[in-house]
Amino acid sequence: MADFLVYLAAVLAGGAFLLALFRFLRGPSPVDRVVAFDVLTVIAITGIILAAVVADRVIYLDVALVYALLSFLGVIVVARYLERGA
Amino acid sequence: MGPLFDILGGLVLVAGTAFLLLGGLGLNRMPDVFNRIQAGTKATTLGTILTLTGIAMMHPDWALKLLLIGMFLLFSNPLSSQVLARAAERTHVHKTSRTRIDRFEQDHDQGEEA
Amino acid sequence: MVLTREFTKPFAALLFFWILLNGTLAPDTLLIGVVASFAIVWFLRESMSFLNEFRATPQAFIAAFKYTGYFLKELVKSNIALARVVLSPDLPINPGIVKVRTRLKSKMGRLLLANSITLTPGTLTVEIEGEYLYIHWVNIESDDIDAATESIVAGFEKYLEVIYG
Repeated sequence: MADFLVYLAAVLAGGAFLLALFRFLRGPSPVDRVVAFDVLTVIAITGIILAAVVADRVIYLDVALVYALLSFLGVIVVARYLERGA
Repeated sequence: MGPLFDILGGLVLVAGTAFLLLGGLGLNRMPDVFNRIQAGTKATTLGTILTLTGIAMMHPDWALKLLLIGMFLLFSNPLSSQVLARAAERTHVHKTSRTRIDRFEQDHDQGEEA
Repeated sequence: MVLTREFTKPFAALLFFWILLNGTLAPDTLLIGVVASFAIVWFLRESMSFLNEFRATPQAFIAAFKYTGYFLKELVKSNIALARVVLSPDLPINPGIVKVRTRLKSKMGRLLLANSITLTPGTLTVEIEGEYLYIHWVNIESDDIDAATESIVAGFEKYLEVIYG
């Protein structure tokens, strides 16, 4: 039962990923794309954590944490760049 | 923990990812970038926190690290949204025609004229 | 004496994160944490001052606890409101950008306030200019600065004032 719920959660997160990807591809403004990208990274973090549960490996949580740190910095840098490009 | 706790955690987990799905839906349905940011940031923040809580219920020994990830996201998620919203405002990204008022633009146009 | 006061709070904050990160209180790990936190605070004294703005009083800790509870409640409310908007076919929104005022003085206090506003029902901080914040509101209730401040800022401000002054 619990296993089934984990897989169901993975399917829902996958659906969310596709929806955000759709917005990412459609834009229209660069800021829209970065917003979609930001959402995509958060969903990806959830995905990594779900992978940690399925594989039963605690080390994946560190991967998720480092990924969260790096993607946050990335989004900030890109947003700064967009501001200046105007 | 016991199997009951596992199932409870699983349900919280599914609720969390359902909010992620809601965020993805909001990202597509909302008419302009500000409303999209609102939908994206709120739904993903609660979604991830619920997901982390659910997993912490299934694996209590992971709780500390999950808490750390949650705290970081709670801090970084709204912050990146704000930086993006500011970028959108400063680069004059098109706003929906349903926008009723824009104090920021009013204040800053006055500043340029004066 | 002033030096030690400036030192303790950032040091304690960093060490706390180190312990969370490692999830253990083993002596060797702890020792590395102490040395690293000490070195970071020592070399980055200037830019670490934001970790020093909170008050370490019992009232502040109680306020921080209440703030967390209030914040989580608002976060859930905001998601329910969002779900209602996104799932209804005609998308009932009435958006705009309003201006509000805060009494908070410290940088960290204002940052936390802005973050909290972003996660509460229908509001998103767009810009902070001194004591004024520009807020994007999905469903504008009031465009008046005092009324908007009352309904957006006041709830969080009363806790943050105790913590950050």
